[in-house]
Amino acid sequence: MGYKTVLKGLLPLAATVLSTGAFAGKTELTVYTAFEADQLKEYEKSFESAHPDIDIRWVRDSTGIVTAKLLAEKNNPKADVVWGLAATSLMLLKQEGMLQPYKPQGVEKLRKSFVDNAATPSWVGAEAWVASICYNTVEGEKNNVPAPASWKDLTKPVYKGHVIMPNPNSSGTGFLDVSSWIQMFGEENAWAYMDGLHQNISRYTHSGSKPCKLAASGETTIGISFAYRGAKSKKKGAPLEIITPTEGLGWDLEATAIIKGTDKLEAAQKLMDWSITREANTMYNKYYAVVGIPSVEKQVPFYPENIGKKMIDNNFEWAASNRQAILAEWQNRYDGKSDPK
Amino acid sequence: MNVLLKQNPLTRLSFSGQGAGIVLSIIGMLVFLVLPVWSLLSRSVENKDGEFIGLANFAYYFQTPALLESAWNSLIIAAACTLLVTSSAFLYAYALNRTSMPGKSVFRLLAQLPMLAPSMMPAIGLIYLFGNQGVIKEWFPADSVYGAGGIIVGLSLWCFPHALIIINTALSLSDKRLHEAARVMGTPAWRRFLTVTLPAARYGLISAALVVFTLVLADFGVPKVIGGQFDVLATDIYKRVVGQQNFQMGAVVGVLLLLPSLLAFGLDRFFQRKQQESFSTSAVPYKPEANTTKDTLALIYCSVVAIGLMTVIGMAIYASFVTFWPYNLSFTLANYDFDMMDGGGWDAWFNSIEMAFLTALIGSLCIFLVAWLNEKTKGLKQSRNLLHLLAFMPLAVPGLVLGLGYIFFFNHPDNPLHWIYGTMTILVLSTIAHYFTVPYLTATTALKQIPNEFSAVADSLKVSQAQLFRRVTLPLSLPALLDISVYLFLAAITTVSAVVFLYSTDTTLAAVAILNMDEAGDTSPAAAMATVVFVSATVVRLIHSGLTASLRKHSQAWQLK
Repeated sequence: MGYKTVLKGLLPLAATVLSTGAFAGKTELTVYTAFEADQLKEYEKSFESAHPDIDIRWVRDSTGIVTAKLLAEKNNPKADVVWGLAATSLMLLKQEGMLQPYKPQGVEKLRKSFVDNAATPSWVGAEAWVASICYNTVEGEKNNVPAPASWKDLTKPVYKGHVIMPNPNSSGTGFLDVSSWIQMFGEENAWAYMDGLHQNISRYTHSGSKPCKLAASGETTIGISFAYRGAKSKKKGAPLEIITPTEGLGWDLEATAIIKGTDKLEAAQKLMDWSITREANTMYNKYYAVVGIPSVEKQVPFYPENIGKKMIDNNFEWAASNRQAILAEWQNRYDGKSDPK
Repeated sequence: MNVLLKQNPLTRLSFSGQGAGIVLSIIGMLVFLVLPVWSLLSRSVENKDGEFIGLANFAYYFQTPALLESAWNSLIIAAACTLLVTSSAFLYAYALNRTSMPGKSVFRLLAQLPMLAPSMMPAIGLIYLFGNQGVIKEWFPADSVYGAGGIIVGLSLWCFPHALIIINTALSLSDKRLHEAARVMGTPAWRRFLTVTLPAARYGLISAALVVFTLVLADFGVPKVIGGQFDVLATDIYKRVVGQQNFQMGAVVGVLLLLPSLLAFGLDRFFQRKQQESFSTSAVPYKPEANTTKDTLALIYCSVVAIGLMTVIGMAIYASFVTFWPYNLSFTLANYDFDMMDGGGWDAWFNSIEMAFLTALIGSLCIFLVAWLNEKTKGLKQSRNLLHLLAFMPLAVPGLVLGLGYIFFFNHPDNPLHWIYGTMTILVLSTIAHYFTVPYLTATTALKQIPNEFSAVADSLKVSQAQLFRRVTLPLSLPALLDISVYLFLAAITTVSAVVFLYSTDTTLAAVAILNMDEAGDTSPAAAMATVVFVSATVVRLIHSGLTASLRKHSQAWQLK
């Protein structure tokens, strides 16, 4: 029968399986990121139109996962550049000697707090993402759950079972919440606060956006998340109120760095240069109110106003060097209630 | 001896060819199954730097209450699902085989629905039905669908067809003469059920129970989507490995997952052997007679189950077209714009189709060849026994365990096959290894039906074994090959368990994308991707039915009476 024809048909397929992929003349940069998935396409397109000779290959996950992955690959790094990872994570990588210091062009235009303070910086910030509470007004009314005004409000019995927050071990948003509470309330009070909060939490999620998305769709009334996610859901028509608690807001930078040992240093430096251009900052400002170059900042639709004033005086060095201890303590206390991963 | 061999050089040639084939098959099984599992076992007794530390990892595990709890949770869930699925599938199969209710072929078909979906899909459907914004939230028997209740219902739905197939076969093989004899002797119906029907089906029931138990233990799609704060072993292993990159603890949980599966596997083999002894070749198939009460009850029961299955799957499909659940129920296709979400976009679907296609093609050929070598080779008894045993092993190895083993084994820089790590090849190979056993059994059964006289005739006509394979065996086995390939295709397109550890950015898969989207909180797009997988699987299944039907008509006419 026609088995020979079948076999002939098979061969090219087998070749596809065996070949490792088509050869391309472009430089391919492997970029690890925790930017939101809905931003990646645009960021990639903007950069690649400025540098058509470079091709970005994204590896995206939540902040904690990307950090764990980078640390696990320490002796055999797979990433060339990290574009869009929490500054606290990058400081940790710097302490581990994993970053290649580089002073990108135009670094002097950035806010001081957006640049690593070494003479030749190891990382530069793109934009700040800020903690916020997503409150579903429809569900709030239905469940008789009033809008909280402060972080401390969330420990009140009325909120029991109505609050979802991200797991700080996997989520950068979760970590900035925890680290900001410790900075604002003091170590002991902060853990006591979280013990109380834990009683009201219905579950901890893997990602920082999920609590807000769950609040947007009414699966929960209150999601501890960050402002961008709330603004985005509000734009889609979710009955959300984005609450910025009175005590102050934790925040972190999403920053860029080059991984030491990359054999594509030149392309990596081009990406780092571009990541802090005016053009890039304007692009970030579509989603985030606070970016590296203050003069480009415009109000972001649906974003809480004057959010910059509520941002705490964040001590990144402290947060970075205590990150692992804080996470271990948190895991010990609360991990039974976590989303898998 | 020498003279004999010289007289028939062809036989000698093909014989050594088959011998080499068997050796190659054994090597293949070692490399893609035994050694990866071995790597996992050895990693579980090492520390981060690769030094041997005995059972210290296990000691740590058992001293951590949160970790221990997930082992306990797993057992409870598995026990509950096993009970629920085995009994409900038995009733369904009983209705199909022992009553004359109308619409049997439709019910047979509908019961297969969950097999065409990744395990996350029923879980997503349940969220839209019983979640906090679910349409019939109040109907759920437990407090909240997030947790043990949701996991049990979701997994039971997903495992139902697997159990049904096994029990259905067992019931359809029952001997009519026994029922007749019992009736003639005046045994009441309920006693006939207890003394004839149940004993005849008991091995099928045991087998189904063990299969469900293993499936439930190893699945993590359902607990991940709907488990809320309820941890089980399968989600735990994932959390250790992907979330914390803690491979040693991952290996420890892997071993804990492997043990009950091995036990279930051993029990199943034990009972299977018993069953073969109890079979009679002169059995007469049972034909049910009309009984209005019985038939009506059966019809009601099957309708309830089938409607339940359709509702859960259908709910996920419906939700994928909704603009903004639950506040804006207008129709949209926006959730299908996968390129704006986590999970790898539409590329993930293309990858899945490619992966499933290659798995079906390469897997069918390899597995069929192995079965043929084992069935039709003369001599080499010990090697063949070993190969047969190895072919059964995948049933006992949960996919997550296999996947983790692949990381340890193939990601080792000294492994000459290191290059397949992170490619499509490793996804295809791991899926073939994971789903090896069922197709192997199908092929073996089909080959057994081909009379050995063909081989003798071929020998006397000096036709080589290879030629006999091509000209006779392969064409005769085409229906079985089709069954095998569609089984592999469906398994490959819906699986997440082994591949979740093995995909890379260039080889994201649709089923994995569902997980990632759900994880990011994009439940509707996750439902959309599940729908795409479901539709793809359904189309392939329909093509398969069509092909099989026409094949039977044309080339197998001589086999039909």
